[in-house]
Amino acid sequence: MTGLVHRRLFWPTALLVALLALNIIAEPGFASVRLQDGHLFGSIIDVLRNGSPTLLVALGMTLVIATRGIDLSVGAVVAISGSIACTIIAGSPDPGSIGVVAVAILTAVAVALVLGGVNGTLVSIVGVQPIVATLILMTAGRGIAMLITEGQIISVSSPAYQVIGGGFFLLLPVSVLIAAVIFAGTALLTRKTALGMLIESVGINPEASRLAGVRSRSIMMTVYVFSAVCAAVAGLMISSNVTAADANNAGLFIELDAILAVVIGGTSLAGGRFSLIGTLLGALVIQMLTTTVYSVGIAPELTLIFKALVVVAVCLLQSPALSRRLARPRRLTPLTKEVVS
Amino acid sequence: MTATVPHLDSPARPPQRGGAGRPGRTSILTSPFLGKYASVLITVALLVAMFSVGAGRYDNFASPQVVLNLFVDNAFLIVLAVGMTFVILTGGIDLSVGSVVALSTMIAASLLQTGWPAPVVIVLVIAAATVLGLLVGLMIHYFDVQPFIATLAAMFLARGLCYLISLKSIAITDPLFTELAQARIQLAPRISITPAALIAVAIVVLAALVLKYTRFGRTVYAIGGNEQSARLMGLPVVRTKVLVYTVSGLCSGIAGILFSFYTLSGYSLTGIGLELDAIAAVVIGGTLLTGGTGFVLGSLLGVLVLGLIQTVISFEGTLSSWWTKIVIGGLLLIFILIQRLLTRRSRTSSR
Amino acid sequence: MTTTSPLVEMRDIEIGFPGVKALDGVSFRLFPGEIHSLMGENGAGKSTLIKALTGVYGIDAGTITVLGEQTTFTGPADSQAAGISTVYQEVNLVTNLSVAENLLLGHEPRSGGRIDWSAMSSKARAILQGLNLDIDPRSTLGTHSIAVQQLVAIGRAVDLDCRVLVLDEPTSSLDADEVEELFRVMRDLRAQGVAILFVSHFLDQVYEVSDRLTVLRNGALVGEHLVSDLPKGDLIRLMIGRELDTLDALDDAVDASAPPRSTTAQPVLTVVGVGRRNTLEETDLELFEGEVVGLAGLLGSGRTELARLIYGADRSDTGDVRVSRQDRSVSHPRGALTSKIAFSSEDRKHEGIIDDLSVRDNIALAVQAGRGWMRPIPRAELDALAADYIERLNIRPPDPDALIRNLSGGNQQKVLLARWLATSPEILILDEPTRGIDIGAKTEIQKLVTTLANDGMSVVFISAELEEVLRISHRVVVMKDRRKIAEMPNRDLTVDDVLDVIAAGGVS
Repeated sequence: MTGLVHRRLFWPTALLVALLALNIIAEPGFASVRLQDGHLFGSIIDVLRNGSPTLLVALGMTLVIATRGIDLSVGAVVAISGSIACTIIAGSPDPGSIGVVAVAILTAVAVALVLGGVNGTLVSIVGVQPIVATLILMTAGRGIAMLITEGQIISVSSPAYQVIGGGFFLLLPVSVLIAAVIFAGTALLTRKTALGMLIESVGINPEASRLAGVRSRSIMMTVYVFSAVCAAVAGLMISSNVTAADANNAGLFIELDAILAVVIGGTSLAGGRFSLIGTLLGALVIQMLTTTVYSVGIAPELTLIFKALVVVAVCLLQSPALSRRLARPRRLTPLTKEVVS
Repeated sequence: MTATVPHLDSPARPPQRGGAGRPGRTSILTSPFLGKYASVLITVALLVAMFSVGAGRYDNFASPQVVLNLFVDNAFLIVLAVGMTFVILTGGIDLSVGSVVALSTMIAASLLQTGWPAPVVIVLVIAAATVLGLLVGLMIHYFDVQPFIATLAAMFLARGLCYLISLKSIAITDPLFTELAQARIQLAPRISITPAALIAVAIVVLAALVLKYTRFGRTVYAIGGNEQSARLMGLPVVRTKVLVYTVSGLCSGIAGILFSFYTLSGYSLTGIGLELDAIAAVVIGGTLLTGGTGFVLGSLLGVLVLGLIQTVISFEGTLSSWWTKIVIGGLLLIFILIQRLLTRRSRTSSR
Repeated sequence: MTTTSPLVEMRDIEIGFPGVKALDGVSFRLFPGEIHSLMGENGAGKSTLIKALTGVYGIDAGTITVLGEQTTFTGPADSQAAGISTVYQEVNLVTNLSVAENLLLGHEPRSGGRIDWSAMSSKARAILQGLNLDIDPRSTLGTHSIAVQQLVAIGRAVDLDCRVLVLDEPTSSLDADEVEELFRVMRDLRAQGVAILFVSHFLDQVYEVSDRLTVLRNGALVGEHLVSDLPKGDLIRLMIGRELDTLDALDDAVDASAPPRSTTAQPVLTVVGVGRRNTLEETDLELFEGEVVGLAGLLGSGRTELARLIYGADRSDTGDVRVSRQDRSVSHPRGALTSKIAFSSEDRKHEGIIDDLSVRDNIALAVQAGRGWMRPIPRAELDALAADYIERLNIRPPDPDALIRNLSGGNQQKVLLARWLATSPEILILDEPTRGIDIGAKTEIQKLVTTLANDGMSVVFISAELEEVLRISHRVVVMKDRRKIAEMPNRDLTVDDVLDVIAAGGVS
C-alpha cells in the first residue's frame, strides 16, 4: 500500500512547498508567527484556520469517495447546520449561555446525522447512484436552509458560539484544534482498526466484499453519515466565524474544493485506496491557492483561473497515462490490466 | 489422462460483466419494445400528471400558451440538456456548462459593447465555447483525467474568465439581439413562440437524428455500454469521446447566445448551478448516468418537467422561491425511486 | 494443410513487462485454410502472443509478416485492417446495442450519408442465417445468452472478410450443441481459406477440430506439430514439462481415500425445500462430514444457483438451510461464515479478488470481516496467516505484498481459496474452482480438496468438467433445468452414466 501512496503524495507536497515559497518571496513575513495576547498570530495560522472547514469536509469526502461514492450535498449541510444553530441561539432569551450554545450545536449535528443517514440509505439500501442521491439533498438542502432562516441572514451575538470559529485555545485557533482532533481521530480509526481496509475493499469490489461477509451496507451508511457530520461541524465553524447564518452563501462550492482536495491528495475518484494525509495536503494546497492569490498580488478575479490551472496541472502530473507516455513511448497501452497470460 | 471430456456442460451461470442480468431478475427495461422507451414513457406520464394537477388547481393553466412558454422560458436549458445527454450517454459528465453559458454572455456583451457586428459575435462565441469543449475532451481522453475533474477545472476556468472580463453586468443594446429577444412568431391568435424556442426544438431534432442515424451517434451509445469492447470492435472511440465534449461545448455556446437573447445582458454570476439543472433534466428524462441508455427526447421532457414545476410555483403565487428547490429535490427523489423500482438492478456501478 | 506460404508469420518475437519476460524469441506460423491451436499453460505466453498478433501489444523485438509483407501494428485497427479478427473469451461486444449493430457497426450499410436501418436489418439477417441463429436482428444483444453473443461476435468477425480468425477460449460458456455449431462454422470458414487460430484448454476439443498446434511454455516456443503426429500424452508433457506421474498419483490418491461416512452419522448441513422464483425449484440436500459432493449438470441446470442459495449469497423464497451442529439457519454470507460455511464464486474477477489490495489483505478479508472492524488482526498474526497459506497452496510469486491483480488466474484462485480456508470452515462450497487455470494448478486444487475432505471437511464441488467431478466426489448430485433429478453414490460412475441420467431426466 505504501508504495502507491507515497508516489502520489509527491506532487501535492511539492505544490505546497512551491506555494509556500511563492508566498514567502512575495511577503517575507509570511512564515513568521508571533505571540500576542496569549495566542499565535500569523499568515500561516490564518491559512490553517481558514482551511479547517474545507479540511473537515474533505475528510468526510475522502471516505465517501473511497467507497466509490461521492457526496455533493455537503455544501447544503454546511448551510443547514449554520442555519439551525443560529436560529436556535438567536431565538433564545440568553444567547450567550453555554447551555444554549451546546443545544444549538447538538441539534445541528443531530440533524446532520439524519441527513447523512438519508444519503446512506438511498445509496446502500435503495441502490441509487451516489451522485444522484446526494444531488437530491444538494438541490433541496439550500431550500431547506432558507426555510429555516426564512430567507433572512440571521445574526447572533454570542461570545460562546463565536469561540468555535474565531476563538483560541492554548495557542491555536479553536477551529484548527477541532479539525486536528477530528483528523487524528479519523486517521486512528481507519488505520489502527480494520475500518480503512474494509472501506477500501468495499470501494474496490463491493460484491466480492459482500460475499466475504463484509457488512458493505453499514460501511457505506457510516461514511455518508460521517461526511454529513463533518460538514455540519464545518458549517458551525463557518457561521461562528461570521456570527451569522447565510443560507444562500454558506459553504458555496465547498463540495468542489473538498473533492479537489481529495483528488489532489492522490485518492482516486474511482474509489478504493485512499490517503488521509493526501487529503490534508490537498486541503492545504486549496487554501494556499486562495491565499497566494492575495499575497502575490494576482487580481482576485483571477483566483478561479489560477485554481483551474493548478488543478489541471496536478491532475496531469498525477495521471498514469502521462507517466506511461513519458516512460516508454513505443509501448502500446495494454487494453487489459493483466500483465501476463 | 487429464484429458478433459468434450465439453458437455457449462457453467450454470455464464460470467457476466457487472453482474446484471442474473437469471431470475426481471426487468421492465429488457422487454422488447416497452423496455427501450420505458423511461421516457414514465417521464411523459409524470408530465401529464403534473399538468393535470395544475390545470385542475389554477385558472388559465390549461392553455396552449402555458405549454409553449415552457419552451420559451427554457430554450437555453433545452439546448444544454441536449449537449449534456451526449456526454452522459458515454458515461461521462460535464460540469462546466453553466459557466460556459455565463462566459458566452460575457464575451457577447463585451464585444457588442465595443461595436463588433452581431453575426460575427454570435459565430465567435459559439466557436470559442466549442474549442473549450474540444480541449476538455482532449484532456479527458489523452491524459486519462476523470471527466468530473476535467470539466470542473473547465468550469473554474470559464467562470474565472468571466470575472476577468467584467465583474459588473454589461447590458446588450445591439439591435439584432434586441430584435431577436423581443420577436414572437404568431402561430395562432394569442399563441406565439420565440425564435429561441424554435432553435432549441430544431437542435433537439437534429441531435436525435444524429444519435440514431450516424456512426458517431451509435458509437456514443457503444462507449456508454462498454468502452473497451467498442474499441476492440474497431469503432472510432477516441474521436467520438473527444467529440461529445466538443458537442457539449457547442451546445453551451448556443445556449449562451439564447440566454443572452433572454436576459439581454452579460453577467459573470449567471448560470451558477445551471449544470445541475441540466443533469437533473437528463436524469428525469430517463438517461442513466452510467451511460448507454437514454434519448434526447427524454432530456427535452426532463426540462419541461423542471419548467412545469416553476410554472406551478409561480401560479401558486404564495410560495417562496426556496420552495422551488425543495420541490425539485423531492421530485427528483420520487423519480429516482420509481426508476429503481422498475429496473431492480441490484448492482449499480460507479457514478 | 497446404504447402503454400504462410498467411501470417511471427519470427523471434520478444515482449517484456516490468519484471517479467512474457515472450522470449517465439516464432509462429499460420497457413490459409487451417485450424491451428495455440497450447500452453497459464503464464506460457499464449495470450500475449495473441495480443501481439492483434495489435493490442507492441513488440520489443522480432518481426510480423502478413502475406509476405512485414508489418507493424500500432493498434487493433491496424490488425483488423490487415484482415485479422478476434473473438475474445469475454465477448467484446456492446450489450446495450442491437444484434444488427453489433454485427455491422463500423461498416454498416449507409445511404445518403446516414445509416440505412432496413438494409442493416436484412444484411444482419443473412449473416445470422449463415450461423443458424434464429434471432431478431433488432433485438438488444444483452437479452441473449452468452453462447448467442459469442456467435454474434464470430459473425461480426466473419463479415469483415477476415483472413485470420482468432478465437480465444470460445467454448468456455457453451454446451455440447453450441460447441458443435461453432465447430461447423469453423470448418466452413476453413474450407473458404480462412486461417483459424483456436485457443482452448479443452484438449479433446483441440484434438477434434484442429489441424496443427503450437506449444508454448514459460514464454518460449516448445514445438509446432501436426495434431495427427502428437498423442495427447506427449502434448501434455510438452505443455507442463513434467511427467504425468503426479497426475496418475492423483487418481490413486482419490481412489484410496476413505470411503464415505457410515449411514448413521448426522448430517452437518441440512437443506430443506430451498428455492427461488425463476431460479431454482425447491431442493433438498444433506451434507455429511468428510465427504465431497459433486454437483453435475448442463448449462442452466441450477448448480450455481443452489450453491448461492445455500450460502445466502442470494435470498431464497422458500425453504431453510440449517447447520446442524449449531442449530442455526443461514440466510446471508455473514451468517454463513459465522456458521462455518464458505463459498468460492465461479466469477473470481467480479466476485472474488479485490484487485487493488495485496495478497495478504485478500487472504485475510473474510476473517477480518468476521471479527468486525473494531478488532483488527494483529500484524504478526496477519503475516503468519499469509505466509502459511502461500506455502501450503504454493502461491506464486510468494510475496504477500504483491497486488493480487498481478498474479496469474491460477494463483489468484489459490489466494481466494486461502481466504475461505482461513475462516476454518466446516463446509466448503467451490463453484468452478479450476476454470481457466492450467493443468498444474488444477491438480493441486483437486488434491487439496481431497485432503480437506479426508480431514473432515464437507465439500460441495461444482465443475463443468464431469470427469473432474467424478474423480474427486464421493457422491454425485445431478441437476437439470433448475432442479435436482438424481443423487448417486460415486461407485465406479462414468461420465456416460451421468449423461444418461441427465438425458432420462432421472434415475430409471
